[in-house]
Amino acid sequence: MSGAVRDGRPEAAMSGISTTGNTTVGTFAPPSRRNTELAMLVFAVLVPVLAYANAGLAKHDELPAGMAGYGLGLAAIAGVAHLVVRRWAPYADPLMLPLATLLNGLGLVLIWRLDQEPSVTTDSLGGALAPGQLMWSGLGVVLFLGVLIFLKDHRILQRYTYISMLVAMVLLVSPLFFGEVNGARIWVRIPGVGTLQPGEFAKIVIAVFFAGYLMVKRDALALASRRFLGLHWPRGRDLGPILMVWAVSLMILVFETDLGMSLLFFGVFVVMLYVATERTSWIVFGLLLSATGAIAVAGINAHVGERVDNWLDPLALAPNGGVKESAQVMYSFGSGGMLGTGLGQGYSWLIGGIATKSDYILATVGEELGLVGMMAVLMLYGLLIERGLRTALAARDPFGKLLAIGLTGTFALQVFVVAGGVTGLIPLTGMTMPFLAQGGSSVIANWALIALLLRISDTARRPAPSPSNPTDAEQTQVVRP
Amino acid sequence: MSELTLTVMRLGFLAVLWLFVIVAVQVIRSDLFGTRVTQRATARRAADARDRQQQPQRGRPQAPARPGRQRRGAPTKLVITEGSLTGTTVALQGQTITLGRAHDSTIVLDDDYASGRHARIYPDRDGQWIIEDLGSTNGTYLDRARLTAPAPIPPGSAVRIGKTVIELRK
Repeated sequence: MSGAVRDGRPEAAMSGISTTGNTTVGTFAPPSRRNTELAMLVFAVLVPVLAYANAGLAKHDELPAGMAGYGLGLAAIAGVAHLVVRRWAPYADPLMLPLATLLNGLGLVLIWRLDQEPSVTTDSLGGALAPGQLMWSGLGVVLFLGVLIFLKDHRILQRYTYISMLVAMVLLVSPLFFGEVNGARIWVRIPGVGTLQPGEFAKIVIAVFFAGYLMVKRDALALASRRFLGLHWPRGRDLGPILMVWAVSLMILVFETDLGMSLLFFGVFVVMLYVATERTSWIVFGLLLSATGAIAVAGINAHVGERVDNWLDPLALAPNGGVKESAQVMYSFGSGGMLGTGLGQGYSWLIGGIATKSDYILATVGEELGLVGMMAVLMLYGLLIERGLRTALAARDPFGKLLAIGLTGTFALQVFVVAGGVTGLIPLTGMTMPFLAQGGSSVIANWALIALLLRISDTARRPAPSPSNPTDAEQTQVVRP
Repeated sequence: MSELTLTVMRLGFLAVLWLFVIVAVQVIRSDLFGTRVTQRATARRAADARDRQQQPQRGRPQAPARPGRQRRGAPTKLVITEGSLTGTTVALQGQTITLGRAHDSTIVLDDDYASGRHARIYPDRDGQWIIEDLGSTNGTYLDRARLTAPAPIPPGSAVRIGKTVIELRK
């Protein structure tokens, strides 16, 4: 502002933020970048096909028979998705779809590769799971298309703030009425269809609720505060919602013993609260609450306590004298080393059971692609998350901003919780790696999440209409003291 | 399959995977458009030239609104052309549009110079869109005049509230 006054034109200084001196700062009209997306998509389909050929040659000395089928399946999924994005979300981010396609394709290859080991492909474990996963991916893309075609504007979701809360609660509570699987109640069994993990869908609905709720309440939460110990602390009565969310997340932990969902639910709320209010005290407060809750529950709940013990001492022997899964994962990473053993040449399937293909899929990545491959895969997740945050920055309406942050935050927290659990950074939680791990609910829900992000990104990146009759900025002025 | 072929494939695959990451980062880099700086004087000259071009069409007097039916060429959407909400559009479907900082407004203005309930835009019986100032502190401007009473919005004119400029488009 002072710069403009210095060159003797005080009126320019008063004409708003966008002008200084005698220049106008505007933005370039962004191109739609659909062709970039197409090129990246072709690349994203070729990489898994190469991986598939690689694994087949190593395993059976020949190109796998289903190579054309899987390759064409993935290409068809990607092609249809691209055409729909081109038609219904022309200005959407060019990288999200290719990144999701690549991760999904790599996941299919890894599951197919583990299907080749007879010991983890017995009938009691469900046989070969790759064909099913391809079908679920197809279904996921159908939902992706549905969201893009029928949700014309993400602001419509704002109307359903409190309905979303109800739906999320119902989804979170429903597994309680079904039995435990592997020590956690996270499944709903639908006769004739199979099992469903409602938590995966609940995470999207919850983000919608938090975004709508915080948009309305953020001023009260941000402005009414007391200063204490150098931080702004919320008033007692504003603590209500965060304490309620905390209580619900603890209840998930105690009654469903679902460590991951509980962490995700509370974590996303704290992240969105911080973004909405810009107050660091919420993060401090949230960390204190979650630490207290986790320690208390680990003390009383045997299943959670066991996970914590495995984390503290991963090499401890099981009661029958064998090593535990936590140790086997470390051996996998160790045998993979820097460059990995090559696809189809590792022994991560010795972990056994279905967990090799779902919770511990990263062990296969770490062993067969090594540290270099593992870092590349984590980079792919990082890039996807970066695009989500960039969408939130570019979004103009506060609801879209918060929703994009919520969805990206969920995705990021889930990647962190799973990767951290498998590599021994935090206790293992039993969630699925988005897109990579075997699991129908997970892949479907994540495609819907990407579709929502693309919808927000399309609105955010759409070029602004130019004023047809520009009012001269000097006529009406913003006068600042 | 020979050991050598498998090693080449293993390293080749890692290289391809990283190549994808690098290309993706390049796409992100080219996605940062930056800002465009234009000289004020030239921008104004260009705007003047455009105004002169449009003058002949705009010169003829506005046809009075024919009552009782939707006029041809009536605006169908409201577009925000300046301010923090630039690019937002709202379809005009005969409903009243409220503007202001209150969160239940149709368009929630994030503008220091807007009042809680600043103005509203509504259709009258003839389908003409009217803007009314709701007793705002800093006023609502139709083109360059401050509104004192509800006034119809002529096509092509801009409504300014604080730093936000709104237009009705076909």
